[in-house]
Amino acid sequence: MSTNGKPKFAMYWAASCGGCEIAVLNIHEKILDVDANFEVVFWPVAMDAKYKDVRAMPDKSILLTLFNGGMRNAENEEMAHLLRRKSQILVAFGSCACEGCIPGLANLSGKQQLFDTVYDTSSTLNPQATRPQLEVTVPEGTIHIPYFNPVLKTLAQVVDVDYFMPGCPPESHQIGAVIDLVIQVLQGNAQLPPKGATIGAGGSTVCDECNRTRDVKTIKKFTRIQDLVTIDPELCLLEQGIPCNGPATRSGCGALCPHAGAQCIGCYGPAEGVLDYGARLMTAFASVIDSQDPVEINSILDGLVDPAGQFYRFNLASSLLRASRSAWQSK
Amino acid sequence: MNRDTFEPVIIGFTCNWCSYRAADLAGTARVKYPPNVRLIRLMCSGRLDPTFVLKAIAGGADGVLITGCHPGECHYLEQNYKALRRYHLLKRTLAQMGIRPERVKLVWASAAEGVKLAEEITTFIEEVRALGPLDWPGMTGESIAVAPGFLAAEEVGV
Repeated sequence: MSTNGKPKFAMYWAASCGGCEIAVLNIHEKILDVDANFEVVFWPVAMDAKYKDVRAMPDKSILLTLFNGGMRNAENEEMAHLLRRKSQILVAFGSCACEGCIPGLANLSGKQQLFDTVYDTSSTLNPQATRPQLEVTVPEGTIHIPYFNPVLKTLAQVVDVDYFMPGCPPESHQIGAVIDLVIQVLQGNAQLPPKGATIGAGGSTVCDECNRTRDVKTIKKFTRIQDLVTIDPELCLLEQGIPCNGPATRSGCGALCPHAGAQCIGCYGPAEGVLDYGARLMTAFASVIDSQDPVEINSILDGLVDPAGQFYRFNLASSLLRASRSAWQSK
Repeated sequence: MNRDTFEPVIIGFTCNWCSYRAADLAGTARVKYPPNVRLIRLMCSGRLDPTFVLKAIAGGADGVLITGCHPGECHYLEQNYKALRRYHLLKRTLAQMGIRPERVKLVWASAAEGVKLAEEITTFIEEVRALGPLDWPGMTGESIAVAPGFLAAEEVGV
């Protein structure tokens, strides 16, 4: 491994989609600053490197590791432990690492259901009903695939994490700001935030950044956004009956979705001080329902076709319950 | 946990102005109810953040009892209606998480209804006893550690 004296940088993906790496590349010319100030030692999506190269590095030799993705299987966890050991600063980068994100929604189902869906539904061509085996012997020897966790975990549920950077993916201007900050720290012009801090995001809610007006306060009906012919361009989406997750979601994105006429789906995770994101949303949604009659309340709630998916779309793996009962009971 | 010796753990949230006083009244009137319920006083059922219920379940409770003033009698005008709406929304979410919605119950009890509250508590404890232990594993994480080398095939029955 070459050394040019520059601090070392790594980025890794576990159970994620790759959007976080795209977001990093999307910082435009600032990527040149990354190159000027860091030596990229490990970044599977951008350059060739093997796990054994990482294992060979001295402990704490990587200054900054951006780790995205949740802990879906044993390989993810092994890499989390390895990169924790090799890194001085480990950042849970993006919603998957911070709170499980979309892969974490699989925690609503048991492992059996997941495997049935993946390997045995009509959209899958699998005539021999092949299922993955942890160990298979072939003429060349025995090969292994990693164990599949019945419950997807977040990075912080597996290793010690220094900073959290939410977003699905984190907004590029926020990534740029964080990289600027790290460079300033390297040059002695700034200090790192306290350990455990959420970086690259605000402390308030998406509603705080949203320009839409709030005045009606109550609703008689929840509506899926695709069922509406017109959407009032000025009025708060939740007050139009569109289930918008803004009230509980951390600010930092600039309320991009509500400004574009789409509801906030909560990718920046819980706002500061929110222990359970879904519970905060339940509180918010229940407050706007204009009814005192249990029957009517239930018929209004029928408009929310998938409450758990609505409230925990990005957050299930780091919620208080973390997974459904069937997922917990899977092996 | 053995079902024969199972004693449900119930967390009960009471309102300062009605159900907490009903429980107090039950005590002074020597009305008995089983000790399975741990009552927590809130200023109002409207203070009940669903987080409290989820935390109780994740921390090992088998059932959660929410109590408040009768409709129209809230000390803070209409906060008990908010509790009512949250309760219905929470039950729907819990069902999706594989938790029987019957494990959470909403009861209205005025300060004069000590006997009624004691009866409701007794009934609820028996209902939860019939449902069996919940034993939510989430909080510790340790109890879900998996044995390495466990065959994926065993689970999926190939």
